[in-house]
Amino acid sequence: MTKRTFILAAILLGAAALVVVGVIQGQPGQVLSKAINICLECVGLG
Amino acid sequence: MRTSGDSSEEASISATKAVCVPGLNCYSCPGAVGACPIGSLQNSLSGMTFRFPYYVLGLMIFFGALLGRTICGFLCPFGLLQDLLNRIPFPKKIRTFKGDRKLRNLKYLVLIVLVIMVPIFVKLTPAFCKYVCPSGTLSGILLALGDSRLFAVLGGTFFWKLSLLILVILISIMIYRPFCKYICPLGAFYGPFNKVALMKMSCDKSACVDCGACSAVCGMGVDPSEDPNSTECIRCGSCIKTCPAKALGYEFSLRKKEAGDPLDTSA
Ligand code: SF4
Ligand code: SF4
Repeated sequence: MTKRTFILAAILLGAAALVVVGVIQGQPGQVLSKAINICLECVGLG
Repeated sequence: MRTSGDSSEEASISATKAVCVPGLNCYSCPGAVGACPIGSLQNSLSGMTFRFPYYVLGLMIFFGALLGRTICGFLCPFGLLQDLLNRIPFPKKIRTFKGDRKLRNLKYLVLIVLVIMVPIFVKLTPAFCKYVCPSGTLSGILLALGDSRLFAVLGGTFFWKLSLLILVILISIMIYRPFCKYICPLGAFYGPFNKVALMKMSCDKSACVDCGACSAVCGMGVDPSEDPNSTECIRCGSCIKTCPAKALGYEFSLRKKEAGDPLDTSA
């Protein structure tokens, strides 16, 4: 395994682990609840 | 008339907004099907109690590790808009200027200060969305055009953001992708991934004839014959198409390339 392959595999595994922890903590729900309402800050009203 | 089919379709479209898309794509946009990674990151960080944004950060790192700034070249709506604006003829297009290189570092400052620090320390303040993001302003215009109540309450912050948007639009006609080069925190985040991402570019030095055609055509000011995986490269492929020696190419392989390996320049 080249150094680059190793670094890339480590980053991808680390990222997947972060996503899993986030899903366990219910974070996709928080993303969804912000995204389905009009974001007043984004529009310049908040 | 709305049917139950319509509402279930709406619900499934809404559900896709639990996942971030890779590019800068304001979730206020009526047409958005996913969540914006930069908006979601700020929102996660700016809660009243600090919670580490595992999910959003994990997704962003995943996208970056697979594609690097290929996302900027092919998957970002705001990048595409700037590309189109730059096609408008203008007597004097500006390729570079004094301080161009230094100004590129501004996007890293925007990422650290407006996207990370301010939301953490000033609660409920997604500073980049609120004061800068032109993608959000565009969405705001679309929403306000369709809703007179929203139009009536647009205030100073909106007009500040509108001025920024107009500035970005005007400068985009003269300079290739100014927002991507100098301001975008997502470009700053994905840039360093160019060095390790699965999707890379390479230059076959034994084939390169040092003609300079690649760096001359690159709108991002990269010299791909010297640094094919520069943090500034958005993988647009213009240099690959231009290279007369077919020395440049995309590279998806994880294996180490042997000297003299033929490159895939079919893209
Ligand atoms: S730098 Fe930002 S705005 Fe530009 S293409 Fe990349 S994500 Fe989109
Ligand atoms: S022209 Fe080549 S070096 Fe420049 S941004 Fe496009 S792919 Fe990257």
